[in-house]
Amino acid sequence: MKNIKLAIFVLFSLVFGLDTHGAPSADISKNENTKGDIKTEIKEYISHHLKDSHSYSLTSWVDEDTGKKVYLELPLPVILYDNGFHFFMSSKLKHGKTVVESSGNFYRLNYDKSKIFKTNKEGEFSYDKNNKIINFAPIDFSITKNITSIILVAFIMFFLFSGLAKSFSKNKGISKGVGRFFEPIILYIRDEIAIPNIGEKKYKNYMSFLLTIFFFIWFLNMLGLTPLGVNATGNIAVTFSLALLTFLITNFTANKSYWGHIFWMPGVPVLIKIVLAPIELLGVFIKPFSLLIRLYANIQAGHIVLYSLIGLMFIFQNWIGSSLSFVLAFFISIIEILVALLQAYIFTMLSALYFGFAVAEEDH
Amino acid sequence: MEKLISEFSIGLFFWQTVIFVILIFILKKYAWKPILDAVNEREEGIKNALLSAEKAKEEMVSLQSDNEATLKKARAERDLLLKEAREIKQQLIDDAKNEAKSEAKKIISQAQDTITSEKNAAISDLKNQVAELSIEIAEKVLKEKLSDDKSQMDLVKELVKDVTLK
Repeated sequence: MKNIKLAIFVLFSLVFGLDTHGAPSADISKNENTKGDIKTEIKEYISHHLKDSHSYSLTSWVDEDTGKKVYLELPLPVILYDNGFHFFMSSKLKHGKTVVESSGNFYRLNYDKSKIFKTNKEGEFSYDKNNKIINFAPIDFSITKNITSIILVAFIMFFLFSGLAKSFSKNKGISKGVGRFFEPIILYIRDEIAIPNIGEKKYKNYMSFLLTIFFFIWFLNMLGLTPLGVNATGNIAVTFSLALLTFLITNFTANKSYWGHIFWMPGVPVLIKIVLAPIELLGVFIKPFSLLIRLYANIQAGHIVLYSLIGLMFIFQNWIGSSLSFVLAFFISIIEILVALLQAYIFTMLSALYFGFAVAEEDH
Repeated sequence: MEKLISEFSIGLFFWQTVIFVILIFILKKYAWKPILDAVNEREEGIKNALLSAEKAKEEMVSLQSDNEATLKKARAERDLLLKEAREIKQQLIDDAKNEAKSEAKKIISQAQDTITSEKNAAISDLKNQVAELSIEIAEKVLKEKLSDDKSQMDLVKELVKDVTLK
């Protein structure tokens, strides 16, 4: 009975893009099928999924004979900086069950936090009053699941768009193949986002950035909805990096008039100028900050809602409730596909808008 | 917020930034620039084609109006020529008529002159002949009448009777 449920869960997971890593029914011996346990397990499962992971898990199951959990996953390289670099494969971490020794130091993965800490030989974590781990955490440059996905998206984009570029030159300006689908989107970004916001004169300088960021966010969002279950755009470090680039480009390409409008707003009394300057200066930071929070929160929330609805199926355990959450999960998936595109569009649109402010001419 | 900061992974941020910046530059070189150039070129091509079509249309229209103008001009010229020809014809006819009239007049007057002079000559000739004839007749009559003396005397008497002495 339990195994059938697990199989159904895996099936749904694959359909709805769930990472089956650490599925709710992970530990049979401990779990007595009480509702409270399933609830906490689902909660843990979701919160774990939202974090980055050191290996690329595809699925997992419990072996009938040994009673141990078996993972089907792609090991990824772990790179730690702790007075010099330490390299090893993520398969050595064994989901936090073992301690890894690397050139005299001992490291152990904390599975709940999805973070590697430096420990003693026994791999003990020490906690403070607030139940926080106080072990030293080395700087983690590992090629994690998110980074693998980012690299995957980078490769997809490279082959897709260089292919489109080639088909243009081959067919005398008429695209062919799969790139053809993306050509109107490229034109849309140029004609409806870049030119109206930045202006006919300077938009060309920003096209590469706008196109790359749009497709990057879109593809990464879509990858998050596949059964691979990555949550890269729902990770604050990724969105921070994207927003930081927008921030840097905006401020490094800004002209005199832009800074003039920030520090010494023309056309208002001196007193208001002095009041406005700090507000405007704050705005310089708030604008890209809103970008990073918006993308992060939307994708994060989408994943939480979708996963919770799928988890609800196992909490209800009856025909009406479970099928209702199935239908809801189905519709949320469709909405998430829309959100994936919408968030990419909004990020690109607002970036273009900020670039437009930065290069706006004096006369307006 | 605190949770967000504690979850922030420097490694992920680092790789994401590096990969993304490299991706921008690679795609700029191998994808965006050629794609946008090709699209621009195509758009320029379409624009030019449309413009030249428009131009050809305009040329056509101007050609047509040119043709019309030429036709109009030709028609006007033809009309003018016809009018002139008509006038010339009229003039020629008039001239000929006038000349004929004056010639006729001249001939008539000459003929009249000739007739007059001929008539005068004839009249004077006739007069001479009549005079000679009358003299002859008179001679004959006188010869007849004055064959006897009596009649001679009568005549003398008659003549003398008419003569009065002054």
